[in-house]
Amino acid sequence: MKPATFIYHRASSLDDALALLAEHPDAKPLAGGPSLIPAMNFRLSQPAALVDLNAAGDLSGISQSPGGGIRIGAMTRHAAVERSDLVRDFAPLLREAMPHVAHPQIRNRGTIGGSIAHADPSAEVPGVMLALDATFVARSRGGERRIAARDFFTGLFATALEPGELLVAVELPARAPRSGSAFLEVARRHGDFALAGAAADVTLDARGHIARARLALISVADRPILAAAADALVGREPAEDAIRSVAEAARDALDPPADIHADARYRRQLAEVLARRALTQAVRRASAG
Amino acid sequence: MTRLVGQPVKRNEDARLLTGRAQFVDDVHLPGMLHAAFLRSEHAHARLRAVDLSRARQRPGVIAAFAADDLGDYWAPGPLLVPPPPIPDLVFRHAPQVPLARGKLRYVGEPIAVVIAESRYVAEDALADIIVDAEPLPAVVQLEAALAPDAPRIHEQLDSNVAAHALQTTGSYAKARAKAHRVIKRRFHYDRGASAAIENRGVVAAWDASAEEMTIWDTTQAPIPIRNGLAAMLGLPESQVRVIAPFVGGGFGPKIMMFYPEEVVIPWAARAIGRPVKWIEDRRENFTATTQERSQIHDAEIALAKDGRILGVHDVFLHDTGAYDPYGLTVPINSQCTLLGPYKVPNYSSEFTAVFTNTPIVTPVRGAGRQHGVFVMERLLDLAARELGIDRLEIRRRNFIRPGEFPYDHKIIFQDFKPLVYDSGNYEPALAKASALIGYDRFVREEQPRARSEGRQLGIGVVAYVEGTGIGPYEGARVTVEPSGRVRLATGVGTQGQGHFTSFAQIVADQLGVGPDEVHVVTGDTRTFSWGTGTFASRGAVVAGSACHAAAAAVREKAIAKTAELLGVKPKHVSIGGGRVYLERDPSKGFTLGELAQKANPLRGGVTPGTEPGLEATKYFGPERGSTANGVHAMIVEVDRETAQVEIKRYVVVHDCGTQLNPMIVEGQIHGGVAFGIGNAFYEQLVFDDGGQLLNASFMDYLLPTALDVPAIELGHVETPSPLNPLGTKGVGEAGAIPTGALFAQAVENALAGTGVEITEIPLSPSRLFTLIADSRRVGPVPAAAPSARGRALCLEGTYDFGGSPGDVYALLLDPRVLASVMPGTKRLDRNGDRYDGVLDVGIGPVSAAEFALEVVVADQIVGEQYAMRIEARGKLGFVSGTARVRLASNGAGTRMSYSAELQVGGTIAAVGQRMLDSVSKAMSAQALKALERSLRARGAASTPTGAAS
Repeated sequence: MKPATFIYHRASSLDDALALLAEHPDAKPLAGGPSLIPAMNFRLSQPAALVDLNAAGDLSGISQSPGGGIRIGAMTRHAAVERSDLVRDFAPLLREAMPHVAHPQIRNRGTIGGSIAHADPSAEVPGVMLALDATFVARSRGGERRIAARDFFTGLFATALEPGELLVAVELPARAPRSGSAFLEVARRHGDFALAGAAADVTLDARGHIARARLALISVADRPILAAAADALVGREPAEDAIRSVAEAARDALDPPADIHADARYRRQLAEVLARRALTQAVRRASAG
Repeated sequence: MTRLVGQPVKRNEDARLLTGRAQFVDDVHLPGMLHAAFLRSEHAHARLRAVDLSRARQRPGVIAAFAADDLGDYWAPGPLLVPPPPIPDLVFRHAPQVPLARGKLRYVGEPIAVVIAESRYVAEDALADIIVDAEPLPAVVQLEAALAPDAPRIHEQLDSNVAAHALQTTGSYAKARAKAHRVIKRRFHYDRGASAAIENRGVVAAWDASAEEMTIWDTTQAPIPIRNGLAAMLGLPESQVRVIAPFVGGGFGPKIMMFYPEEVVIPWAARAIGRPVKWIEDRRENFTATTQERSQIHDAEIALAKDGRILGVHDVFLHDTGAYDPYGLTVPINSQCTLLGPYKVPNYSSEFTAVFTNTPIVTPVRGAGRQHGVFVMERLLDLAARELGIDRLEIRRRNFIRPGEFPYDHKIIFQDFKPLVYDSGNYEPALAKASALIGYDRFVREEQPRARSEGRQLGIGVVAYVEGTGIGPYEGARVTVEPSGRVRLATGVGTQGQGHFTSFAQIVADQLGVGPDEVHVVTGDTRTFSWGTGTFASRGAVVAGSACHAAAAAVREKAIAKTAELLGVKPKHVSIGGGRVYLERDPSKGFTLGELAQKANPLRGGVTPGTEPGLEATKYFGPERGSTANGVHAMIVEVDRETAQVEIKRYVVVHDCGTQLNPMIVEGQIHGGVAFGIGNAFYEQLVFDDGGQLLNASFMDYLLPTALDVPAIELGHVETPSPLNPLGTKGVGEAGAIPTGALFAQAVENALAGTGVEITEIPLSPSRLFTLIADSRRVGPVPAAAPSARGRALCLEGTYDFGGSPGDVYALLLDPRVLASVMPGTKRLDRNGDRYDGVLDVGIGPVSAAEFALEVVVADQIVGEQYAMRIEARGKLGFVSGTARVRLASNGAGTRMSYSAELQVGGTIAAVGQRMLDSVSKAMSAQALKALERSLRARGAASTPTGAAS
């Protein structure tokens, strides 16, 4: 379990990182490393070079955007997100999901951008990004572009990022009044990859009907997914049976993978139960707030 | 006089351990030291034709590389470590393990070759240079399949895969059954797992040519037997081999296994090369290269009287022994004996067959087969309680051996070759205490019904067990008082975290009247003490502790006699304490221990003939037989019926290990044991597919419970001293781990009462529990499926509808240019008749080393209708091999293709990639099929967009 030989480059800034990546097309960017480094130690991953982003100070930090949302630098550690007052106030769903991301030691190291760009289908952060209609800011030497979260995850560990392009920030839109969210997952142990997880984000209109509903599911497909079934809630009263049928419809649309920890049937069941519970809780919170 | 024994003295060793100063094997750094890496079998069963090391030897930084033939005469099958006990008509067939594989590979992970290089990195690079020519054979994994008459034979010299067969009986079960009020029969599956010690194995060997002396640092639990064996193998006198087992980060049994290939090869290589060599097992290796404990299948039956009294038990079971059986029958005999527990079973028949399989070797892991037996008995009693309408605690109470009935003879043979006779015990108070601590009556009467009315599923479990501990043959200890007054204690057992530096010091300090921190303890260095067997079977405190006691008592007598002689008084007037030996009525008259040590070692002048110099004594202790500890565990769980998640609300242990030497250490042992047990019950399982590939060879997928998953454990104690040793103590090392699976099953089943869920298997993952809940009916038990039956790692099956005739589709499917364009990652594909050769690069996400050489042979062709493909893909990350079948048929508008593939995956992709295999194969086949359809359309055939892979 020793990695194969590689060349290590340390980027001092974002521009430096982009230059290094352009110069070394075989290089892989290194963020916190909780996924890449074990893959290298198993020799599953044998990049010719690494471009370490950890010294590129301009990639981390959490700030309020002019539009009322927040912007999180890609190299912001999970632990910083977890403890951020801005995240607590403007993206409580993200805050709620953070304790499920592995263990404190890993959250001290892992980054928000690393988790998104790695695109593990059972990771929490990508699912939350879908539920929150996040926008990802990508930069290459050719310039900057914005990618909607729902267009970003293209397959198993696959994203819309082009070679030479780095994810530099996440933008979360402003939060409407009467919004509520909830994150629930079932994992084998505390801190494990989810067997299934659900992120729900709901906004009510002035009459108490559902104005917007997002339900993201993780670990039930080759990528995090937005359940289209949740759209059926829009315009309706948030009644128990409506939520129940949305959860069932979301389940019926799944063809989840099986592994040694959960077969497909169990994953579908978990997805339904978690979807129902997360939507119920999100509605309750939206009504209360 | 006892002051320290029985006190929660803080551990002498912790300052060193907690500040990182304690030496472990990997802390040994020697000038010129080289590093070893082992090439291991990717196949569970294969004929090994050749190993080509030439390229590896040429790599810069590589000093040497060896395969079996390079070892010359040194290569020899290993010894039988534990011969079978004298059970009449017992059959035992020894298949010894070998240092490096020769001729045949029998499990994934079996070492084939070793590379010695300047660094571990280079050594691992060179493993990829080795070319192994192996012909895969069908693997034998499932126990019942292994016994089929046509099963492939793992050891050709044997006529079947039966490793052993034994029957032990007492009374007549047939007669008991004939007069029984009720007979209950079930099939039980019990699987265990890896020891998963925090420190993997490791060996450092240094050959001193000038002194002709070999020094070996080894993570073994048995340094002295290792020294003796290696001296014989290396052709050296035992005095010229020194084995040091320094601090070891957890043993749990697999480190008592001896003459592991690495232990045998590394010292030989160090001598051959003339430089020190280090090998540290990594975690990936540990999952298959270190022994483990696995499954048994029991067909068990209990015959009961109307009042719940056990009339007899009949059990027939299969035991998985792995690819070789160097450790004998300890595990299944423990299962057979421990099943009886604290109960009177007048008629018992227990028969087992140990079975060779193409999996890693099975040897004891903390509990050592006792779990399996306890599970069967406790489950039978739970079923009996339910069917007879007797309370679960009451049926146990009615069957307990009574305090007046000890010593109690079960009339069968235990693993120590002695009759299974319980020395002492008092079971009822332990049950009463556990019941009171957990609040059993109130829970059943009030809490459970209340929770049920709120829609919550709470359950309680209470189980009892007896653990045979502290077996022989013997251990020794030497106690020496130095002229400084410091006391030195040396014993042969090694230490893996049990607190020997403290509990042994307490025993000695009490005898010599000094503080526990004034006793310097040395364990596990053959130069310091060279007689003994090792730390296993919950025997350290009992056997070595008793030897320490005897040696310290002898020194005490010497010190008193010397003082009496010097003071001219009778020994009975002399006292010992505070580091001094003195006249009882006038404590100012006397000597410090240091002064006595000097006086006992005169450098001039005469002594009385027969005098032994110094204040020193060496004593040995061998018990007549093992002492039996016992206990009761109780727990309350909550089960979420929708998600099959189980939460442990409370966990209570009441334990009786006789006299406690140090209650704090006892508690630590129980806490650790319970964590082990919880892992076994709910989290840990070694998942082998039918090809013998371990699919969870990392801590990502092999789930150890963490501090967050183990509840606070509430402890109670009962002390029934053992009459078999002077301390009155019994072992405690394994106790916490033994009844947890049985407890879990009972508590979860109780929480689900009324659903018809019956739990007859452990471990019980939530996925499996969900299946049991989902499939349960209100009446009748659900048949137990083998929890480890998993088939191939990669199975694909589906249909796809193409627009176009079967003839067109057929031609397209076998066209190498088309295949190259549709198969993801194809870099090259050439056709030569029915054979295709190519290169695939299937890098996905972080996986970037996934280049495979591909070979496909097409067979069974019926043009336009069907064909089969024999697929072999091999790369740095392992292999994929198997057969895919394709059938084509017209479906009116076009062609329906049906495909199925069963592929064996091996190597790294199997060991750590299981989470992704299903998704990867689905994604790749969907991608290929869509591309095929596009290609078909491009050729002018109209395609219906009905394509759907399932």
